Amino acid sequence: MRKVNNIILETSLKVLLFIIALYSVYIFTAGHYYPGGGFIGGLMTSGALVLLLITYDIETVAKILPVNYRFLTATGLLIAIATSAGAILFNVPFLTHVFTDVQLPVLGELSLHTATLFDLGVYLVVIGVTMTIIQTIGGDE
Amino acid sequence: MLEVVIWIALLCCSLSMLGLIYRVIKGPSTADRVIALDSIGVNLIAITALFSVANKSTAFLDIILLIGILAFIGTVAFAKYLERGEIIENEPNR
Repeated sequence: MRKVNNIILETSLKVLLFIIALYSVYIFTAGHYYPGGGFIGGLMTSGALVLLLITYDIETVAKILPVNYRFLTATGLLIAIATSAGAILFNVPFLTHVFTDVQLPVLGELSLHTATLFDLGVYLVVIGVTMTIIQTIGGDE
Repeated sequence: MLEVVIWIALLCCSLSMLGLIYRVIKGPSTADRVIALDSIGVNLIAITALFSVANKSTAFLDIILLIGILAFIGTVAFAKYLERGEIIENEPNR
């Protein structure tokens, strides 16, 4: 197969990848008050990774991001179930969430909610499952 | 006044989308269909923006960027498939 020289795609990827990744993080953190959340944020992050896979190839992407996506799925499930089961330690039912107002040095007053941690679990599971599916289908051996 | 303008613009967008769907169905080559689908994505962005203005809501503004990104990724994947025969390669090839 002949060599490729897709310099336009590679150069535009360097700009677009960070915009897509930043947008997915925004959509993940805005999920409590606006449309968004862990699911669509994870899908957008894996969309950025798919764009990386299209531009380069599986080996190069594995060199850039040495992540085993099955472990990522397991970590996400662990975070979700730990957040849910942590409620049992405080004598409240499973999956009870709490929130509190915290005064942080740089960011000011923040209303932190444990549902964000559950959402982080969803986020990691969605990235892990999507990338496992795409890499398993994409590799042809 | 603004309402009428928005609805006329929506009508124009849907008419141009009909033309693009004609090109998707009729288009002689695959590249014609891919370009028509990309333009349908751009039209969909315009329709979403006009619709959110007509609804007086900002809830759809995230969708606009989302459709743009997805249309770009889909078009790049299709273009790579047409050129190389496979979308994701295993080994570096350059």
